[in-house]
Order: sequence, then structure tokens, then C-alpha cells
Amino acid sequence: MASRVLRAVITLAFVVVFNFFLFRMLPGDPIGLYTRGRNQDAEQLLELRRALNKPLLEQFLTYIRNPFDATIDSTRFSRPVWEMIGERMWPTILLLGTAIVVASFIGIWIGIRAGWKPGGRFDRMSTGATLMLYSMPEFWLGMMLLIVFSVGAFGIPGFFPVGGMSTPGVDTSTPLGWLNVLWHLVLPCTTLILIYLADYALVMRASLIDERKQEYLTLARAKGLRDAVVRKRHAVPNALLPTITLIFLSLGFVVTGAITVETVFSWPGLGLLTYEALRGPDIPLLQAIFLMFSIAVIVANLIAELLYVVFDPRVRS
Amino acid sequence: MSVASQRRRMAFARFSTGFRHDRAGMAGLAILAVFVATAILAPILIPESALDLTKATGGRLESPSWSYPLGTDESGRSMLLLLAWGTRISLTVGLAATVISVVIGTLFGITAGHFRGLGGHALVGVTDWFLVIPFLPLAIVLATVLGPSTMNLIIVIGITSWAGTARLIRAQTLSIEGRPYLERSRALGAGNWHQMTRHVLPNVFPLVLANTTLTVAIVILSETTLSFLGLGDPLAPSWGSLLDRAFSSGAVSSGAWWYVLPPGICVVLVVLAFTLVGRATERIVDPGRAS
Repeated sequence: MASRVLRAVITLAFVVVFNFFLFRMLPGDPIGLYTRGRNQDAEQLLELRRALNKPLLEQFLTYIRNPFDATIDSTRFSRPVWEMIGERMWPTILLLGTAIVVASFIGIWIGIRAGWKPGGRFDRMSTGATLMLYSMPEFWLGMMLLIVFSVGAFGIPGFFPVGGMSTPGVDTSTPLGWLNVLWHLVLPCTTLILIYLADYALVMRASLIDERKQEYLTLARAKGLRDAVVRKRHAVPNALLPTITLIFLSLGFVVTGAITVETVFSWPGLGLLTYEALRGPDIPLLQAIFLMFSIAVIVANLIAELLYVVFDPRVRS
Repeated sequence: MSVASQRRRMAFARFSTGFRHDRAGMAGLAILAVFVATAILAPILIPESALDLTKATGGRLESPSWSYPLGTDESGRSMLLLLAWGTRISLTVGLAATVISVVIGTLFGITAGHFRGLGGHALVGVTDWFLVIPFLPLAIVLATVLGPSTMNLIIVIGITSWAGTARLIRAQTLSIEGRPYLERSRALGAGNWHQMTRHVLPNVFPLVLANTTLTVAIVILSETTLSFLGLGDPLAPSWGSLLDRAFSSGAVSSGAWWYVLPPGICVVLVVLAFTLVGRATERIVDPGRAS
């Protein structure tokens, strides 16, 4: 277990090193890149020039001592980058958290029904549908939902808001305000649920099909247990483990959806912040966002591995 | 004719017979044929002036009509013609990036599987790093550093998407390395290069082939996403940059579905077709893995 934690730390260390040197490779004037669009007085400029004129190794040591330096400002918003990330994190957690939980319930349910009778009617239909969803760019699905259910097209009246997290002027700390947020959450969340559940259903199906070959199921049937009991008590609990692990492992894929879908629905989270940082490009902000997403994914991977060790005695050795 | 080439020809004949009996695979192949034909014929049938902003004849965001079967974009160009040219660009980027990705992946996979020492471990470490780091944030920072152009887009996608291939090929290489004929060739004094190119590569090749088709599907989705974020060539109308322009020109809020729907359907069809062909190939060359 200690070796797994160590490996995650090493992976993270490489991200920090990569993050530092990649942006030092940028062609052009580094001072211009770091100050674009900001008012700087002569003293600040001099200080920045002095910092960037230091040997690369010294700059690197300063960076590595504190990658989360509170004094690093965004070039576009003139605010500390980590303060902005801290604010924008919560909407993303709300959106992704809801989408992942709902998608895993629906996806696992579909996977169980399809994988228990592979090649059956339900399996053929659901595999077709999930492959279709799997082939879709998530932001395109979001744009279509927006056109149909928010602007209104093909005779369907628009009901949902075109974007944002709440109607301007609404106090989100009251129950009415929560309903307003919920109303704004429906479309972006539905988009992500549809995309994620395709992935989860395919994994659960494959995992259950693998499990069906195991001998203990033959034994359970030989005992005379009903098919539903064999499925619920014996096959599904064992097939769930790889699926739940994969839900954690797929956070990298989840992040992709967050960036584009938040952009389409102007959901004020880290994804929209990434899009805004790209328009600059706002280098300090992009650097911090990359570090933030990498940390999240590396930690999720570690959790997945640890879960496996805790719940599956076979890999404990 | 040498024994080896005769055997290869027979293997290919067996493969194509198997593929012809796979209905989903054949359907995928048919869809791909239509798109490839469009991509090749686009510059012959459609003059490049159809893409010229100054020579656009239609109005702004016109809905479908007889003269513009798929409507017009925000500057009055025919969507149908833009879409046909987009096929060419999206497929070119998709295939070129796949070649980079599969070459790097196969090279890393075979080398990491063949050399078991410190070097091999280092290669596995690099592969694992690329597997863990989230794709889109990594691609975004690389594309920002390199600058927006079609060539850079190909490079960025190529070097961010090879790790899955490398892991698959390494596993297969490890199982081949244990076989007796490799021990025989080692005993006869074969060098590393000879072992890897003459014995390992031909054996992993069918798997590389199946993996390539699945990689194209993922790569085309990546191209669409990155172009949508404005990281491709802003002047080349790939499917992703068409969606980018639809989004930033307000086609969504004005309900111009004809601007948004067709590029997305093209992406879905092509990705689905490559996935179907890839799964069919996998079923034939590696029946144990496919489900």
C-alpha cells in the first residue's frame, strides 16, 4: 500500500516538473506573457524581470518550494489564481458529483440487465444506444439539448435557462434559490449523465459477462437458487468491484466532459475557467488549472487502487 | 514464393472471410467508404471559392432551402459544402494523428516488453504517467505552448494518445517473449533488433491493426474537442471548428439547429464506424479479449 502512495507522489512530482519547464519553452517575451492585459507599475515590472532573469534552476527551486503560491496572479483577471480556483471548484464538484452518482446508478442497472443475458433483445438495444452515446462529442449533445429544450425547436417550447448557475439577482441561500440552481443544473447534468452512463454500462456489462463464467455461479445454480437470486446475491456484488474502481479511474475522462460542457452552458466552474484562460492565453492560470486537474485525477486513481486492495483480498499479497 | 509470405497471404484471406461475415463490421466499413469518398472528391467537386468569406452568396444563418440544403453559416456560406470540406480536414487530422500515436505506442510497447532491465522499467513509468494524466488538460497546455495550427493539432493528439496502445502491445510482447522460438533465436545469436523486428513485431501486428481502428475513433473525438476549444487552425473548417464557430456566432441561442446538428452527426457516424470496424477486427484476431 505504501508503494502505491509513493508512486502517486512520484507521478505528481513529474507533473510539477513538467508544468514548470513546459511553459518556459514558450517562444517570445516571457514578461509580456505574464503581464498581458495588466497594468503594471515600473517597480512591479522590475521585480518580475529580476525574477525571470534568475538562473532556470533557481527559478525552479522557488517554484517547487511552493507551487500553490498565493501571490501568482492571473494575467487576465488580475487576481491570485489559486483564489479563483478555490471559488470555481464548488460549482464543478456539484455538477460532476451529481452527474457521476446518477450516471453510475443508471449505467450499472443497464449493464446488469444487458450483461446477464448477452445477445438478448435488451442487450442488443442497450449496446447499440451506449455505443452511439460513446461516439458523441459531449459538448455537441449539450448544444443540441440547449437548442431543443432551452431555445425551443422542432415544436418543443424552451423551458430551461440558456446558461449560468442561477438567475442574476436570485439569492441562492434560500430554498427558492436552491430550486433556481437546480433548474439551471438540469440540462448540463443530463448531458454529462448520458455521456458517462454509456461508459459505465459498457464496463458493468463486460464485468458481469466475465463473472458469469465463474464456477461458483454453477454451484449457486446447482443448489437450486432462482436466477434472480444467483444474479443479485452472487454475480452482481463481485462484478461491481471492477466497475466501481473504473468509475474512479475514469475521472480523467470525466474532466474532459466538464471542460466542454461547462463552456457550452456557461456553468461557472473550473471547466469554464479553463476556456476563459485559453482565450488569453492566461499562462499562470492555465498552469494552475493543469496542476489542479492532475492532482484530482491522481488522487482518484490512488483511491481506486486502495479500494481494490481493501475489498478484494486476492490482490492484497 | 517464400513460406512466410505464403503464410501471411493465407492469414489475410482468413481474416477477410471472417470480416465479411461480421455484419456490424461491414456496416462500419460501408459508412467509412462514403466519408472517404467525400473527403477525396471534395476538392474536385467543390471549388475552394465556396469557402471564401468574401464570395458568400447566402444570407446570415438561413434555414435549409433548395439552394442551401443544410442552410448557411453566420457569413452566408453553404453548410453542405463546408461540411464536405470538413470531412477532408477531420479525416486527415484523425489519420495522421493516429499514425503518430500508433507508431509511438508500438515502439514503446515492444521496447518496454523486450528489455526487462532498468530501461524497460523507465519506459513503463513514462507510459503509466501518460495514462494517468488527464488527456484534455494535458493537450490544452501542449497546444497552447505550440500555438494553433493543423500540424500542431496532429502532433498534440499524437503524443497524448499513445499510452493505451503501448500498454496493450507491451502485454502481448511479454507473452510472445516467453515462447520457445524466441529462445531458439536467442540461442542462435539473434540480436535485440532482429528479435524485435523479425519475431515480436509480426506477432503483435494483428493486435496493432485492431487497436489502430479503435484509436482513430478516439483521435477524431479528440480533434473535435480541441478544435471546438479553438486549438486548431481557425481557418480550416474541420467538424470541430464548425461547431466552435456555431457556438461563438450565437447559432445555439438563435436556434439554428442546421448549423449544429450536421457536423455532430458526421462525427458520431465516423467514430461509430471506426469503433464497429475495430471491434470486428478484434473479434477475429483476438477472440479471447473481445466481448
